[in-house]
Amino acid sequence: MIDPATPPHMRPDRSFQGLILTLQRFWADYGCVVLQPYDMEVGAGTFHPATTLRALGPKPWRAAYVQPSRRPKDGRYGENPNRLQHYYQFQVILKPSPADLQELYLKSLYAIGIDPKTHDIRFVEDDWESPTLGAWGLGWECWCDGMEVSQFTYFQQVAGFECSPVSGELTYGLERLAMYVQGVDNVYDLNFNGRDGAEKVTYGDVFLQAEKEYSRHNFEHADVDMLFKQFEMAAEAAQKYVAAGWEGPEEKRHLMAMPAYDQCIKASHVFNLLDARGVISVTERQNYILRVRELAKACGRAWLATAGGGAE
Amino acid sequence: MPELLLELFSEEIPARMQRKASEDLKKMITDGLVAAGIAYEAAKAYATPRRLTLHVVGVPPKGMDVAEEKKGPRVGAPDQAIQGFLKGAGLASLDQATVVADKKGDYYVAKISKPGRKTVEVLSELVPATIRSFPWPKSQRWGAGTLRWVRPLHSIICTFGTETEEPEIVPFEVDGIHAGNITRGHRFHAPEPFSVKRFDDYDQKLQNAKVVLDPERRRHIILEDAKTAAFASGLELIEDEGLLDEVSGLVEWPVTLMGSFEEAFLEVPAEVIRATIRANQKCFVLRSHHVDQKLAAKFLLVSNLEAKDGGKKIVAGNGRVIRARLSDARHFYHTDLADLPDYKDQGKPLDQRLAKLKALNVVFHEKLGTQGARIDRIVRLARELAPLVGADPDKAARAATLAKADLMTEVVGEFPEVQGLMGRRYALAQGEDTAVAAAIEDHYKPQGPSDRVPSEPTSIAVALADKLDVLTGFWAVDEKPTGSKDPFALRRAALGVIRILTDNGVRLKLLDVFATALTALPKAGEGTAADLLGFFADRLKVQLRDAGARFDLVDAVFGLGSQDDLVLVVKRVEALASFLATEDGKALLAGYTRAANILKAEEKKDGKTFDGEPSAALLAEPAEKALGEAVATARAAAAAAVAGEDFAAAMSALAGLRAPVDAFFEGILVNAPDAAVRENRLKLLTQIRAACHTVADFSRIG
Repeated sequence: MIDPATPPHMRPDRSFQGLILTLQRFWADYGCVVLQPYDMEVGAGTFHPATTLRALGPKPWRAAYVQPSRRPKDGRYGENPNRLQHYYQFQVILKPSPADLQELYLKSLYAIGIDPKTHDIRFVEDDWESPTLGAWGLGWECWCDGMEVSQFTYFQQVAGFECSPVSGELTYGLERLAMYVQGVDNVYDLNFNGRDGAEKVTYGDVFLQAEKEYSRHNFEHADVDMLFKQFEMAAEAAQKYVAAGWEGPEEKRHLMAMPAYDQCIKASHVFNLLDARGVISVTERQNYILRVRELAKACGRAWLATAGGGAE
Repeated sequence: MPELLLELFSEEIPARMQRKASEDLKKMITDGLVAAGIAYEAAKAYATPRRLTLHVVGVPPKGMDVAEEKKGPRVGAPDQAIQGFLKGAGLASLDQATVVADKKGDYYVAKISKPGRKTVEVLSELVPATIRSFPWPKSQRWGAGTLRWVRPLHSIICTFGTETEEPEIVPFEVDGIHAGNITRGHRFHAPEPFSVKRFDDYDQKLQNAKVVLDPERRRHIILEDAKTAAFASGLELIEDEGLLDEVSGLVEWPVTLMGSFEEAFLEVPAEVIRATIRANQKCFVLRSHHVDQKLAAKFLLVSNLEAKDGGKKIVAGNGRVIRARLSDARHFYHTDLADLPDYKDQGKPLDQRLAKLKALNVVFHEKLGTQGARIDRIVRLARELAPLVGADPDKAARAATLAKADLMTEVVGEFPEVQGLMGRRYALAQGEDTAVAAAIEDHYKPQGPSDRVPSEPTSIAVALADKLDVLTGFWAVDEKPTGSKDPFALRRAALGVIRILTDNGVRLKLLDVFATALTALPKAGEGTAADLLGFFADRLKVQLRDAGARFDLVDAVFGLGSQDDLVLVVKRVEALASFLATEDGKALLAGYTRAANILKAEEKKDGKTFDGEPSAALLAEPAEKALGEAVATARAAAAAAVAGEDFAAAMSALAGLRAPVDAFFEGILVNAPDAAVRENRLKLLTQIRAACHTVADFSRIG
């Protein structure tokens, strides 16, 4: 249950940041490295190299971090109480997946005030696939009283490579979870800092203007010509860095997997923006996804030839 | 007799896979036992979200001894062959073999007696092999292991023994998981491990640990609790088999709870509310007892928990999610009723959606063009069909025009199962004629054997046009169903046409309609229409067979050729069936067959047919004279009755032939020595055949 020593403004059921801090403490206590968000625009916490790349290769890895997720198409000009083009995911990646991963997850819910003796928590089938990352896994969406609050996945493949050992990935939808524990129906009403009265800062205070501005940008003004160029530049750079990173023609060791992967992430986000602008037809769409997937595969292969990827 | 208890305890198994998995487990283990010579009395499999369980009773502790004979080389064969035989049969020397003689000489036979293996030993190999090769639709690895299971497998119970003794744990291990006698109860109510003995003990302990093992029992509990809760609120549960199956597979300890939402949401069509609550929340909905059967602003959820607070928080949480979902649905609904930006000048809201559908050039099928082109064809065909089915051509054309427009609406995009139904709603909202609106919904019907068949003329015209376009279209481009492959549901479409025509008594010359439809399609090969009619004949057979009627008579009627009016075909089949059920019918069929067989032989011999009127002058015997008269009368009467579509009368006309035919074959030699008499008699037989063929091709009756 929520630590009784927690001051009211830090409680996970009163404060959005209190919720984040509680989850960070929980997983730090378990032994995860607590990372900060990746400093690039990504569509989901999975894109963070701490998940995508670290899921590959034999080395054990435990990390937890918040990742802002950009979904340009999901913008609603701040008018929808549940949909955002920018929101937060709390991501946990454990390799190899421990046998008690489900229990750990339930304990983390308990820590933020969700008592499984009064709430109906369910694991409902949901297979995960990321066509752009060439990745898939099996798992569930985790329901709390009928609301999906997390994704739970056992990675089977990433960047086209089998995951061995298998990583367990937990993705908490932070806004949803916060809305649930705070008991609010509109994301913009979330209490961000846990204070009351004049000191209170809401999620809307922080993000409503941004949602409006980015919705305008994503749907109406994002410079299409420039984005097409950016896509090509990023795709080209990724290939160039992959090629340049190989140490010797036998391609046993790679020296630049991460910078190459950054360009792959960039291409993926630019593609999402173009998609939101509605300038990519159905058949073209498939081509773009395939191109990003090929980049991800090349980066994955490069990563497996680095120390982090377990190369000798 | 000893019994086997097997439990495979894992993380949550997808609900849709549980039933088949438990059946697969039963089959694989029992087949394996039988293959090892171990018979069993009965086996039953169970599944919950976290476990697959198998209980096999009456399993002997040891398999049967098997005596086997292995044939070896002949006596005196080269040493190499002898040695090979001894090695293969496991014999030390030829002394242990028997010599047997046959026509070709003496040869060696090894008589091997295999003692039955201990059941525990068999199981210790069979169960791990079953786990490793289990046919999950999708499976995964986890941690650092290599084993695949649907989700991580945690523990295995495998005990074998009788009631009176402590059962033995079957010793085996799969990827580090050792079989034992330990399991766990409900995830939250009873997470502590406990040990079990046999099935009775296991089942009881699970019950105490808040796990209902039997999915049928969970299903029953949920249904009864849901009905009771509905009744207590003065309402009625809207039953939903698929949902019931699914929720039974999501809980180990079902607790049904009722929640509510605001009445204001009921402005959204009931089907949409039901679809959203079902698909997204897996909850049941309720309706009033009254005649209006109005949807109630309530829902029933099935939780997996006896909550400390009686379920207050669970109900509140689910209610919030449902309200958010219904807000979305209401938003979609209002959006659909409003003008579509960019298409405001394209008429009313549904017309605007149609304009968008056409503008997007959505491909229906690469060889059959766009959805837009298909709609144009349906409109044309509906207009052509309208006068034939008593519908107003303009109304039929209007309904056909709008029939697919709801595919572009938000609600149908979200819930495809309400297509058609929403089209009707939106059509009424924009002031369309009620017959037009009804036809938009009904044109998809009938979808299955239990679905309603359209009966209003406008609906009939559009429903036929829709189905006949798709049938002629795929026939024209030669994409017919083959075997189990029918991706465009053409069998269902043809059956739909048959039911619409026969249920409503709609008279239609199908070949003419095919010809009309084909003119708007890519050029079809020679014989396309006839082939498609054959497909209808096959579907009609299936339908009659399912209705318990004599489907074999369909061939006899289609055998007449150019029978493309299905209403008449069915009438003929029915009349023929009742005729053939009578003594006269059976006897006439026998007489017909005899006549036809003789004709077949003689026509072949002479290389010609015996057409034409028999000469009265050459009819000498009284029996043939009588038959001559009877045939002429019966043939004329049957033909007249057929022309008047009174097939029962045609049959009774034919019934009059029975006695003279019987008498004829009794006393007359057809192949008379006099060639002229013979030919005349063969002409008489030809007349019998022709008379029968006025109603059906009797030669095709099996």
